[in-house]
Amino acid sequence: MTLREVRLSTTPTPEAIAELRLGDIVYLDGLMYTAREGVYMRALEDKANIPMELPAESAANFHCSPAATIRQDGSFDMGAVTATASFRFAKWLPEWMAKTGAKLIIGKGGMSSKDYRDYFVPNGAIYLSTVGYGTGALLGRGVENVEAVHWNEELGLAQAMWVIRCNRMGPFIVASDLEGTCLFERENAKIAENLEHLYEGTKPAVLKRYGETDDRSDEVI
Amino acid sequence: MIQIDQIQSTAADLMAKAAIEIPQDYLDGLKAAASTEDGDLSSFVLQAMLDNYEAAKEDRRAMCGDTGVPRWFVKLGNEARVEGGMVALEAALRRATAEATTAVPLRPNRVHPLWRTDHNNNVGIGAPEIEYGFEPEGDWVDLITVHKGGLFGTDYRMLFPSDGMQGIKRFYLDSLVAFGKRGLACQPAIIGIGLGGSKDICMTLGKRASTLRVVGSRNSDPRIAEMEEEFKELGNSIGMGAMGFVGKNMVIDCNIEVGYCHTGGMPMSVHAFCLSSRRAVARLWPDGRVEHRTDPDWFTPYQRRESVDWETSVEEFV
Repeated sequence: MTLREVRLSTTPTPEAIAELRLGDIVYLDGLMYTAREGVYMRALEDKANIPMELPAESAANFHCSPAATIRQDGSFDMGAVTATASFRFAKWLPEWMAKTGAKLIIGKGGMSSKDYRDYFVPNGAIYLSTVGYGTGALLGRGVENVEAVHWNEELGLAQAMWVIRCNRMGPFIVASDLEGTCLFERENAKIAENLEHLYEGTKPAVLKRYGETDDRSDEVI
Repeated sequence: MIQIDQIQSTAADLMAKAAIEIPQDYLDGLKAAASTEDGDLSSFVLQAMLDNYEAAKEDRRAMCGDTGVPRWFVKLGNEARVEGGMVALEAALRRATAEATTAVPLRPNRVHPLWRTDHNNNVGIGAPEIEYGFEPEGDWVDLITVHKGGLFGTDYRMLFPSDGMQGIKRFYLDSLVAFGKRGLACQPAIIGIGLGGSKDICMTLGKRASTLRVVGSRNSDPRIAEMEEEFKELGNSIGMGAMGFVGKNMVIDCNIEVGYCHTGGMPMSVHAFCLSSRRAVARLWPDGRVEHRTDPDWFTPYQRRESVDWETSVEEFV
């Protein structure tokens, strides 16, 4: 099967999102911002004003800390760009999406299909996964310009809100759709068919651990 | 005497090399994996990674945005002397780490665990780690930097003799399957297994097995070498590939290191050195020569010695 390549705006129309299929390879154009636990806590728990017009300027939230620095003259040096694992942000994402109108959540590893059904689908949003992980240099090439870094003083470089202008930034993989289907769970289910056979000739540890499961359809996230 | 300025400038070069250049042994292993992969998504991912290594080298930018947590392994020949002594060497490595964080740039990954303080330079309490090894002969110093990334793919378990090989295999598969899903382990990886030691040393052995041995190397104990081959095959028969997609390649190689442990136990650790297996090595000589390489060559017969005195062991090896 050949994978489909799509160019997508970071302020996508509902129609453009509806056309995406699981496993499509996406390249992004437009403004994107990074936001992870530091930004979520500051915006949602400390109620700080978000320093961008969202979603008008961007509907693309990247779970990312770039390998980047601010030069002494105030300009930016952005090298490699990759995502961090998204499942840790489920606590804040429903409120964040409601507040900012984010339509593209971009990160590593995706969310559960329950997350998709509960608050991605009602918000018309989908999840894009980075590839690899991670293709930091390729994504870095897609950075046309660093427009701003917000909250660097409060949060530090790694947690700050970086605003990036993307030019065919990618590749990303469509990992959820408007029905709430999860690409990773689909793959897990296929792999699970082989696991029983694979585990033949092994045995559980003599000393058990609290919370331990032997159900290998479970995930750790 | 090895000059301290040269230690610092070489360390700065190594920081950049580790972040930017995928080691040849891992690259060859990944290319071999890509040639056998037939899952459509996992094949795409491996090809994208191969393109990514090229882009990183061409642009001189880090291959991954998570540039890992820089750490140093320093190995000294018994006759090596460093200008200013070992305190000066540690200061030079900390300075090189901080400066490279801005110069490459690297991601300032190191924060205080509670207060989340970030000095924006990858230096802080206990960071970067600096670990030492010695060799019986030589007046050189080997500087090895490893920037292992990721928060996943590593686990520890106290097993017991009655768990046997069946228990070892179970914990190995459990670790790969649990962290392989969604590609959390950033596989295909160099999997390191530590067996034995005390709890902390068990983790150290596994980490060093994954980061300080190259793809294609084998343990000097032929029975452990056989296990390495078998475990590589086993990991690659899960049916899982890059990013947790259906595929054939989870393990680029499996390295096992052992240490003597408590008679009642058989502790085991599993580590995954990811698609950006960042390591770089240089040997510095007192006459000013610097030789770069990517094989840490850490696990020498001396490091794996079993006997009381080394001289005795040498005779046994001969």
